[in-house]
Amino acid sequence: MEVAARIGLRQGRANLEEFADTLLALARAERRVVVVTSDSRGSGKLAPFGLALPHQLVEVGIAEQNLVGVAAGLASAGKIAFAVSPACFLTARALEQVKNDVCYSANPVVLVGISAGVSYGALGTTHHSLHDFAALRAINNITIVAPADNFETRIAVKAAAAAGTPVYLRFGKAPVYELPNAQEFPFGAARLLRDGSDVAFIASGETAVHALMAAQQLHETDGLNCRVLSVPTIKPLDVVAVLRAGRECRAVVTVEEHMVNGGLGEACAGVLARARVGVRFHTAGIPDEYTVTGSQADIFRHYRLTMEGLAETTRSLLRG
Amino acid sequence: MLTDAQLRRKSLQYRRSLLQIIKHAGAGHTGGSLSCVDILNVLYNRILRVSPATFGAAGRDRYVQSKGHSVEALFVVLADRDFFPVAELETLCQYQSHFVGHPTRKVPGIEQNTGALGHGLPICTGIAIAGKLDAADYRVFTLLGDGELAEGSNWEAAMAAAHHRLDNLTAIIDCNTLQISGRTREVMNHEPLADKWAAFGWAVRTIDGHDVAALTAAVKSPLALGKPTCVIARTTKGKGVSFMEDVCRWHHGVPNDEEYARALYEIDAAIAAHEGVAV
Repeated sequence: MEVAARIGLRQGRANLEEFADTLLALARAERRVVVVTSDSRGSGKLAPFGLALPHQLVEVGIAEQNLVGVAAGLASAGKIAFAVSPACFLTARALEQVKNDVCYSANPVVLVGISAGVSYGALGTTHHSLHDFAALRAINNITIVAPADNFETRIAVKAAAAAGTPVYLRFGKAPVYELPNAQEFPFGAARLLRDGSDVAFIASGETAVHALMAAQQLHETDGLNCRVLSVPTIKPLDVVAVLRAGRECRAVVTVEEHMVNGGLGEACAGVLARARVGVRFHTAGIPDEYTVTGSQADIFRHYRLTMEGLAETTRSLLRG
Repeated sequence: MLTDAQLRRKSLQYRRSLLQIIKHAGAGHTGGSLSCVDILNVLYNRILRVSPATFGAAGRDRYVQSKGHSVEALFVVLADRDFFPVAELETLCQYQSHFVGHPTRKVPGIEQNTGALGHGLPICTGIAIAGKLDAADYRVFTLLGDGELAEGSNWEAAMAAAHHRLDNLTAIIDCNTLQISGRTREVMNHEPLADKWAAFGWAVRTIDGHDVAALTAAVKSPLALGKPTCVIARTTKGKGVSFMEDVCRWHHGVPNDEEYARALYEIDAAIAAHEGVAV
């Protein structure tokens, strides 16, 4: 893509693959790391893990409630348990186990939602997870992380293993670009991809790259200087970065691969409103409707989550 | 080691204590607590290697009460085992008390927060897998209600526990045949229960769940190598108080003053009879 090349984006691989390799390296060094799968070792890119460390992989079959309960039991007995399952099942079917067995009982499980958002776009609503941020944000004692690129994925996986508290990691399955400014940053903080003060994009996960390219396009065509924050950690949110964006920029556009109800956008809106920061504001995401189907790219385009759509949305916001 | 007679004496005292705290709190799951008292008595006084001093130890046995609503029975047994002073139970269900109506880890001796049904067995399956991975010799126990068995998560775990050959895991079913809205067999029939567990690959024994000797024999060691153990404890809901026995409304009923006096009288009479004293 031309714009991607002009801002020096390098093609990376799927975050899921980065996760799997990072986890294998962690597990080789730390025998307490155990991965629990619900017939998901193939879709979770964990087949090499199973071959290399068979005694650190527990299979429970297609049974997500048991997956999370078993992971909670393993964690309570001293294991660093990673429960891996498609995000759509993990955070809906097993939500009560997440709430009670993991979060309420404070068993430090790392929940890994794979093929999240609309990664399985063409498979239909059963396989979309557009509710997970909202559902988990309303549960006490869990950190929610949606990495944007391979760099954030590595940081997130290592931090989750060391956290000692429940963590939800959310990964897509498509290859992603490696974003700029890949310097160590504190887990939980927003990552500044590009600075500016006309508009702030606050984006999470695999939408961050589109926000970054939209910022470049708005610079080239409209002369706007846009700030782009990648916010891998949805909860707890980097409140300072959000408030600065609202105070220092003329408009704020949040971007997420999630329904606009209860996700990153509404979290940011709450932060700004409570601090009495009035700013032009738009939440880009999936609207409250039966989601159109197609590839992830099709769905992003349909809901204006790609460069062109975000740029146009931003122009309207500044005009309005 | 306490004798069977001493254990039976303890069960009477536990029944008395749990009625007291339920009456004091004005809330509680009376019938189911009374039905599982003898099971908890045998576990905590004969089987489980747990104590207040070693509760955090990695090698301790684990007990997770899946039928969390019968927490009053668990509280009085834990108090008797010195996990906390019995007087603290006077705060049951009061504002900001840790002694809420279901088990929480804020109470010393409680392993896991339970209360939503169908959670104990999956968690215990995970703990038992960890025990196998670590070649640890601890055992893992959970107590399920028979009404609770309609929760599908139990059967997910039942399958997995047999698949992983978890002979360090024992599930005890407090089979009192009643649940909140009626007879379990009428609400959702679970019979033939022993056949179900056996078909899932478990070693199964059915016993009288109020017989401390039979309970001890059933849980003192795994029933079979390479298989998880299921003990179906046939019990009476409301056991020990004549007018509560096998009566559905005592699922979570609190006795009025007259009923309370009568219940304590019956239990005190049983204690006196146990000690060979006329009342």
